[in-house]
Amino acid sequence: MGNDMDGNKGNDVIDLATFRALQDSAGADFVTELVDAYLDEAPRMLETLRSSLAARDQDAFRRAAHSLKSNSMTFGATALAAIARNLELTTREVVAQGDARVLDAAAGEQQRVAAALQELTNA
Amino acid sequence: MRESGIGGARLLVVDDNRVNRLLLTRNLELQGHSAASAENGRIALEMLRRESFDLVLLDMEMPEMDGFQVLEQLVNDLQLRDLPVIVTSSLEGIDSVVRCIELGAEDYLAKPINPVLLKARLGASLEKKRLRDQQKEFVRRFATPEVAQDLQTSGFALGGKRVDASVMFVDIRDFTPLAESQPPEETIELLNTYYTLMFDAISAHGGIVSLIIGDGLMVIFGAPVPQPEHCDSAVRAAMEMIETIDLFNVERTGVGKPRIRIGIGIASGDMVAGYAGTNERATYTCVGDTVNLAARLESHTKVAQRSILIDGATRAALGDRIPVEPLGPIQVKGKSVAVEVYAVLVEN
Repeated sequence: MGNDMDGNKGNDVIDLATFRALQDSAGADFVTELVDAYLDEAPRMLETLRSSLAARDQDAFRRAAHSLKSNSMTFGATALAAIARNLELTTREVVAQGDARVLDAAAGEQQRVAAALQELTNA
Repeated sequence: MRESGIGGARLLVVDDNRVNRLLLTRNLELQGHSAASAENGRIALEMLRRESFDLVLLDMEMPEMDGFQVLEQLVNDLQLRDLPVIVTSSLEGIDSVVRCIELGAEDYLAKPINPVLLKARLGASLEKKRLRDQQKEFVRRFATPEVAQDLQTSGFALGGKRVDASVMFVDIRDFTPLAESQPPEETIELLNTYYTLMFDAISAHGGIVSLIIGDGLMVIFGAPVPQPEHCDSAVRAAMEMIETIDLFNVERTGVGKPRIRIGIGIASGDMVAGYAGTNERATYTCVGDTVNLAARLESHTKVAQRSILIDGATRAALGDRIPVEPLGPIQVKGKSVAVEVYAVLVEN
C-alpha cells in the first residue's frame, strides 16, 4: 500500500486510526467487501435524503441521515458523520421547507469519502 | 475460557443498513457465533417466530417496523419475551436509550460497535440467558407445561382461587408387598416405568400431576388452565391409564414378573386450587371436599373390586358418552351422607 498517498488522502477525509482498527478487527479483505457494499449503498442513501426532503417526509429523512451517519462513523469518515448527524437532527421546519441545498455539503463530502475509501482498499 | 459455554450461539442481527448488517454479522462470526440477519422489524419477528435464536442484536431506526415496535411485540409474546435483546444503535439522546431499557432491552451498544465491548456484553447476556433457560428447564421438569406457563404468566404467589375441576387419585394395588419381594433397584425401575406411562396418559388429556407419594399420584384436570370438559378428560385419562397398565402387564408376565394393578378415584366440583407450601418449596395443588372424596373413592376401589370409581358430579357431566355402572350410595369416611358411586366400565 502506498502509505504516503493513504496518509494524504486519509487525513482529512478518513480517520486512519479508525479505518485501520476496522481492518484489524474484521480483516482487510472483508473491509474491502464492506467498502464495496458502502459504495453501492451510499448513493442510494443520498437519493433517499433527496426524495424524502422533496416529499417533506421527516421520518424517512431522519432514517436516511441516521444510516449515513452510522456508516460514516464505521469507516472513520468523521466529517461526513458530522454532516449526517446535523441532518439527522434537522428540525421538522427545515425538512418542511424542502430546500435541497441542505444536502450539498453531504453530497460533496460523500464523493471525497468514496474516493478515499476506494484508494485505501484498492492497493 | 468460557468460549465453549457461550460460543456458538445463534444470533439474529436486525438492521436496515446493509453495511451495518455485514459488519456485525462478520464480527459475530469471528467470535464463533452463527448469525442470521433481517433488514427490518417485521422480517425479524417472522424469523424469531419461525426459528430459534439465543439473542437478538437490534437496531432502532428502521423502516416498516422500528426497534421500539419490535421490543413492544417481544414483551407481549410469551414465547419470545425472555429472548435477550441488545440494542445496537447510534440513537441521539439518552431518552431513547432509556426507553429501550424500559421496553425490556437487556443492554445497549453504541455504534460503531467496538468488537471487544461486543464480545463482553454478548458473553454476559448469553450467560444470563443460559441461567434463565436452566431455571425454566427445572420448572419444566418438575412442573407440567401448564403450571410452568401459569408461573410464567402470573408469576409465583402462594394463595389460591376457587376453581371447578376434577381431581384424580391413582395408586398401585398391593405395592408394598411387591416392593418388599424384589430388589430395591427393580422397584425404582418399576416406579419410573409406571410414572412414565401414567404421566403420558395424564398429559395427553391435559391433567397436571400435583403430588407424587410413593406409588400414589394426585392429578388435577381443569386448573390452573380452565378446561370445560375436565370430567371427560379425567375419565378418559383414567381409561387410558388402565389400558396402558394392561399392556405393561403383558410385557411383565412375559418375563415372569407379577402383574400390577392400579385403582383410580375421580371426583369433580368446586375446590380451592393454587400454590401451597412455602416460598422456598411449593406445589400446585387443590383442597376441599371434592379432593377428599376423590381420595376416598380411590381407596374404595379395593372394596368395590373396580379399577375406576367416580362420583355423581363426574358421572353427570359424562352423559352417555362413557358407559358406567352405578354402585349405589356408599358411606365414605368424612362424609355424613352416603354418596352415589359409579364404576367406569373398562375391558378387564
